[in-house]
This record gives sequence, structure tokens and C-alpha cells, in this order.
Amino acid sequence: MMNRRQFCKRTILVAGGMLLPLAALELFDPQSLKAGKEGKGKTRWVFLVDIHKCVGCGFCVKACKIENEVPYDAHVSRTWVERYVITRDGTVLIDSPNSARDGFISTKIDQNHHGMAEVKAEEITKVLLVPKLCNQCDNPPCVQVCPVGATYQTEDGVVLVDRKWCIGCGYCIMGCPYGVRFFHPVYNVAEKCNFCYHRLSSGMQSACVDACPFGARKIGNLRNPDDPVTKIITTEPVAVLKEEYGTKPQVFYLGLSMEVK
Amino acid sequence: MKNHVWRPLYIALILLAAGLVASYFLVPADFGVHERGYMYGWHRKSNEAEWQSITVKYQTGKVCIPCHKDKYDDIKDSPHGSISCENCHGPNLDHPKNPLTLEINRSRSLCLRCHAKLPYKGTLRGSFKGINQETHYPQAECMMCHYPHDPRQSNLKREGKS
Repeated sequence: MMNRRQFCKRTILVAGGMLLPLAALELFDPQSLKAGKEGKGKTRWVFLVDIHKCVGCGFCVKACKIENEVPYDAHVSRTWVERYVITRDGTVLIDSPNSARDGFISTKIDQNHHGMAEVKAEEITKVLLVPKLCNQCDNPPCVQVCPVGATYQTEDGVVLVDRKWCIGCGYCIMGCPYGVRFFHPVYNVAEKCNFCYHRLSSGMQSACVDACPFGARKIGNLRNPDDPVTKIITTEPVAVLKEEYGTKPQVFYLGLSMEVK
Repeated sequence: MKNHVWRPLYIALILLAAGLVASYFLVPADFGVHERGYMYGWHRKSNEAEWQSITVKYQTGKVCIPCHKDKYDDIKDSPHGSISCENCHGPNLDHPKNPLTLEINRSRSLCLRCHAKLPYKGTLRGSFKGINQETHYPQAECMMCHYPHDPRQSNLKREGKS
């Protein structure tokens, strides 16, 4: 016979056991992130940006434009650096003069038709210099909207554009939530950052990574657990841009702040 | 069924057949679904090789060291040591075959990328030694007083002032 005390104990035990989901017993291993990636290949290129290290010199933008033959004086770029100046009253002023190709050499912040904003040094509470480039999303919207199969993702995760196949409809340019795509002024087809696919394929790093004097930009292989970039991504508090869009971006940021769009 | 029903149907079938024949000849053999599946990997496979075959222009500073050991020794331990040679001198492509392709950039704007004073406390940029470009010898090239490969050398500054 079961007495009252035993009955209560067992009831709590069974009910408690039922409440505990199986997932709670599993210890989360950050390395499983890369196992969760689709595909069987040995390589998945990912990018790591350390915002604290960026000084906005723009050498990355210069190198990118020359390396990838994006017309130097055209106001389009595969990569750019944004400046966020946050003032005491909470205003966020953002600019990227000529994609920061020549760096940030003035305290004046370009506010388009509102003119140049001048913020006094004592009014500034925070400044962020944020390099931007293609996120090579794991769920790329730009690829899904292409009606002709001109843009696609390679096995190692890089999204490329077939210049012979692109019809220039511009759906991908509108579909990208990060605004990294544009029309190439010479070829008149969609153009975007591809992590310098030609350099990666020959064992080099992207041109912007080599050009950065401060190590703010790094590229790595997420499927290699010994890669220093993979180690940082799996163990340190990294963040991605516009996570809520479900695009699974693969450019990870250290020191990202909520003001960054 | 009557003729007015069949005739447009024939036309539709002929157009469909023509389309299929045209696509058979126009679509390359390697166009199709590849590694990333239909949603992400529907493309012309040979385009990957086209992107891979683009010429590398920036060949990194390692290529410069064998010939320009003196310059490398100047810069390697200086505060400017982390700046790649190609950042200021341009991409190494075609050099040394055609030495004129490389530039010696003496413009102020090159130095101002980092050394225009910006009052950004708490950032790396804010901690850099910077100038006010309008008041700090606006007509002069920076190199007249500062040696870019090792900005710590002060002899140039003294010469400039005397």
C-alpha cells in the first residue's frame, strides 16, 4: 500500500520528470553550429568583423575596388564602412562618404538633403565604425528571387553572379536586406561582394582582409574547428546583422551595437 | 471538336515545341541544379571557374620583401608596420616587370585617412595622433617632415623647422 507521503513524492517526481524537456539535458556545444550547416563540403567561408578595431581608414574599400575592378570613382562599392555617431540626446547620425573609400577625414556627417551635420565633441556619447560587406547568407533571399538562375550559392557558401546569365531585372538588388548589391556601371548586371572568390580559390585571403592594418576584418572556414575565426565565432559573443530576417547571415560582428542597422 | 478550338491549340503546341528546341540548343550542358540544391544552386557550373580565374592584383607585402629589404627593415618595427605596402603603393600586379605601375603616393589625403583628428573618445581612431588639416601646414606634403615608413624618426621634423 502507498501512504499519503509516498503518493505525494511520486506524483511530484513523475510530474517534474514530464515537465523537463529532453533538450534541457543536452549540454550545448558551440561547435555543433558548424555541424548544423547544410552540405557536406569541407569549406564554409565566413567573415568576422571586429568593430572595436576599425578606424575607418578605408584601405579595405580602396583595395576591394581595385582588386575587383569596380570603377574607382563611381559611387558604388562591394564593401563600405559606416560611421555611427550617437549623441547625448540619443540621435544617431550615420554616413559613409563615398563608401569611405578615402576614409573619414572630417567631423562633419553627411545627412544627404539635410546637409552636413556638425556634432560638438562633448555631445558625442558613442562612435562606431562598422565595415559592411556581403553576408553570404545561408538562406540568401537574393538567390531565391532570381528568375533566371544567374545568381547562386557555391558549395562553400559564397553567393556569385553569372554575368553572362544576368538579365538585369534588379530583383536581387531589392531583395537583399543589407543593400550590398548594385548594378555594375560597366557590365550593367548585378554586382556584389564575393569574398574575393578568386583569391580564396588560390589559397589567399580577401583583398580587404589583407588591406586592413588593424585586423578588423578576418575570413575563415567554419567547417575547420581549428580555424582561429571559427574559434572566435563559436566561443565569443558575436552578433549578426538583421537576424530577424531569417537570412542566416555569415558575417559575424564583434562589438555590434543596437544602433547599427 | 471544331476548327476554331484546334487552331489556337496547334499554335500553342508549336510554340511550346519551338521553345523546347531552342532551350535544348541555347542552355549550356552544365546549367542545372548543383551542390546547394534547386533553391540556391540552380546555375551554370562553369561560371564558378570564371570567377576563380580573375587576376589577383593585390599580392600582399610578402612579395615586396626580397627586393626591398631596406624599406622593409625601416617599417617592420615602426608603428606603421601593420600597414601593407600595397595600401600606399598600389597593387603589385605587373611589378617589377613594369615598375612604373607602382606609385609613391605623397598626398595628404593618404595620411589623413587615419591622422585627421576626430574627437571620438573610446575608439581606436580617437586615440590616434591627429592633425587639423586646415591649420597644420595646409600647403605641405606630410613627407616633408614625417618619414612614413617610420614616423618615430624625428630628424626630418627638426630639419623641416630649421
